[in-house]
Amino acid sequence: MKKSYKIDVDCANCANKMEEAAKKTPGVKDCTVSFMTLKMKVEFEDGADAAQVMAAVRDNCKKVESDCEVFL
Amino acid sequence: MTQKQKKLLWRILAAAVLFVPLYLISEGIVHWAVPRWALLLLFLVPYLLVGYDILRKAFQGIKNGSVFDENFLMTVATIGAIALGEYGEGVAVMLLYQVGELFQSYAVGKSRRNISALMDIRPDYANIEEDGELTRVDPDQVAVGTVIVVQPGEKVPIDGVVEEGTSSLDTAALTGESLPVTVGPGREVLSGSINLSGLLHIRTTREFDESTASRVLELVENAASRKAVSENFISRFAHYYTPIVCYAALALAVLPPLFCTLTGIGLANYATLGALWGDWVLRACTFLVISCPCAVVISIPLSFFAALGGASSQGILIKGSNFLESLSRVTAVAFDKTGTITKGNFAVETVHNSPWERKKVLEIAAHVECHSTHPIARSIMEAYGGHVELGRVTDVEEISGHGVVARLDGVTAAVGNEKLMQRLGVTFSPCHHVGTVIHVAYDGTYGGHIVIADQVKETAAQAMAQLRRSGVKRIVMLTGDSASVAEKVADQVGIREYRAGLLPADKVDCVEKLLAEKGRGDRLAFVGDGINDAPVLARADVGIAMGALGSDAAIEAADVVLMDDDPVKIAKAIRIGRKCMAIVRENIVFALGVKLACLLLAALGLANMWLAIVADVGVMILAVLNAIRCLFVKHL
Repeated sequence: MKKSYKIDVDCANCANKMEEAAKKTPGVKDCTVSFMTLKMKVEFEDGADAAQVMAAVRDNCKKVESDCEVFL
Repeated sequence: MTQKQKKLLWRILAAAVLFVPLYLISEGIVHWAVPRWALLLLFLVPYLLVGYDILRKAFQGIKNGSVFDENFLMTVATIGAIALGEYGEGVAVMLLYQVGELFQSYAVGKSRRNISALMDIRPDYANIEEDGELTRVDPDQVAVGTVIVVQPGEKVPIDGVVEEGTSSLDTAALTGESLPVTVGPGREVLSGSINLSGLLHIRTTREFDESTASRVLELVENAASRKAVSENFISRFAHYYTPIVCYAALALAVLPPLFCTLTGIGLANYATLGALWGDWVLRACTFLVISCPCAVVISIPLSFFAALGGASSQGILIKGSNFLESLSRVTAVAFDKTGTITKGNFAVETVHNSPWERKKVLEIAAHVECHSTHPIARSIMEAYGGHVELGRVTDVEEISGHGVVARLDGVTAAVGNEKLMQRLGVTFSPCHHVGTVIHVAYDGTYGGHIVIADQVKETAAQAMAQLRRSGVKRIVMLTGDSASVAEKVADQVGIREYRAGLLPADKVDCVEKLLAEKGRGDRLAFVGDGINDAPVLARADVGIAMGALGSDAAIEAADVVLMDDDPVKIAKAIRIGRKCMAIVRENIVFALGVKLACLLLAALGLANMWLAIVADVGVMILAVLNAIRCLFVKHL
């Protein structure tokens, strides 16, 4: 299952950091963050609960870049 | 400017106003006897004003275990400089760093908006007529088959067919074609086009999500998530660059002075041991200032994004940055003839060698081919002109690469090429005309053949010439048609190589062979019209589908979609790819070159912090401006 989320982040490297943080979150199979379109595309593991996983993704992103936002 | 940017701008301006007189005092240009500790306190005011968020983020970063981020580096470098008594430099670095951040945020936001505006084809609402009154509804809610009303100046929200009214449509946002298209009842209209003149009633044929505008937008938005090799290279690079520079800075701060202290070599150059250590720590701080990777990291995705946006404004949809990279390396192009070099609107030229009258031959052919959507079938039906009664046709069997066999009024009828006739054991007379020849057999008897000719596109010859000029060395035309047709068309447009008489599966083999023959760094593009060639589109390095708006399979399988069917756009797409990659390379070499040079100068003690931060911010500004050049592709 793939879903796309709007994000807000200030710098390109911060977007890279968000991508890495999201990829490491359990339940996330793959993730790409586009700084230019301010979108995060998440592919979930089979059977993962998107809402729950995304809450964790958001927390992890906030840890690496306090100024970022993932709109759920 | 956003609220955030405005706030940062004010902080920078206020800090700069405070900073300049303090700097003049500390440098002794303006004389004011103030004790060092007071000067430090005064300098801390602009420092904290402009850099408090950096300090906060750095602290949070340490707390969360991600040490090597640019906030941390800036914090260490500036605090280090201030601790060593270089108040002015410490504050200036923070100030200029924020200027760079502001510029970056502004430039990126601006180009993001510009590019989005280019692709602004998202319709916000649809009008539905109820009891003579128009109501605006969410286009998501409109069921297939509903009649919607599009007023002049509005966007067509959903694909459909005109029921009532005539108007001209501006399809520039979809196709890049600036000439308006005239539509009337019965004409298909695509969402995303803008109604220029008359009131149109349109019966929708698709859901909103399935409509052209939504699909195109989805495609463009997803494009940025397919990253190019150089984009991935840069993010990996940033991942290693920063820690390496940090450790190098640490080594620079400790090892040389330790060496000097222990061996006594070079110690004579410094007044005290403290001065020795201070000098090297300051060099290390300068190192840290240069270690921020943002300048490099921002310009690469920005270049790709601008190029994708610029291309789509020209009616060229590229599905990802990786395909821009492939496009730039295309040296061989294979064409599927029909629909790319030729118009694909076939017209029946003549009927030959028939024992029956023309009308009967066409009637048989039209009925047998009635389920086919192939352009040849359509042209036969057009030439027949009469009403096709589907009920008369049964047991339709399409034999790929041969033709169609069916029962017409219960009698076996076959329509197809020579191979089909041979297969059925019908004696036929071969045709000497150049064109597509369709043989007809009815009840086991040969019924003559229909000659159908296709027209070569006006711009095809120009397109081939442009491809050659853009550095394409090999152009091959693939076609299922006979060698005589292929030769004639190839001659007309200036193609030297062609393969004729191919079945759809043969085309894949042909492309495989071409792929095997090209050099290692070279890429092969295949251009098709999206009908029956999805496997070949997928097999080639770059699959280009043209005139493919509305054909879902083609949009799915292709890497590059040309919204109109002008073959000149292929050369343009390649040139956009080349320009983008050239800019990306320039930025990588330039930004990394300046950074490495500054690192070297800093290590040798030849560069101070001023130079480091100016180089850092300056490189970023130049790289961003250079990246934005990717957007300008109109006259490429």
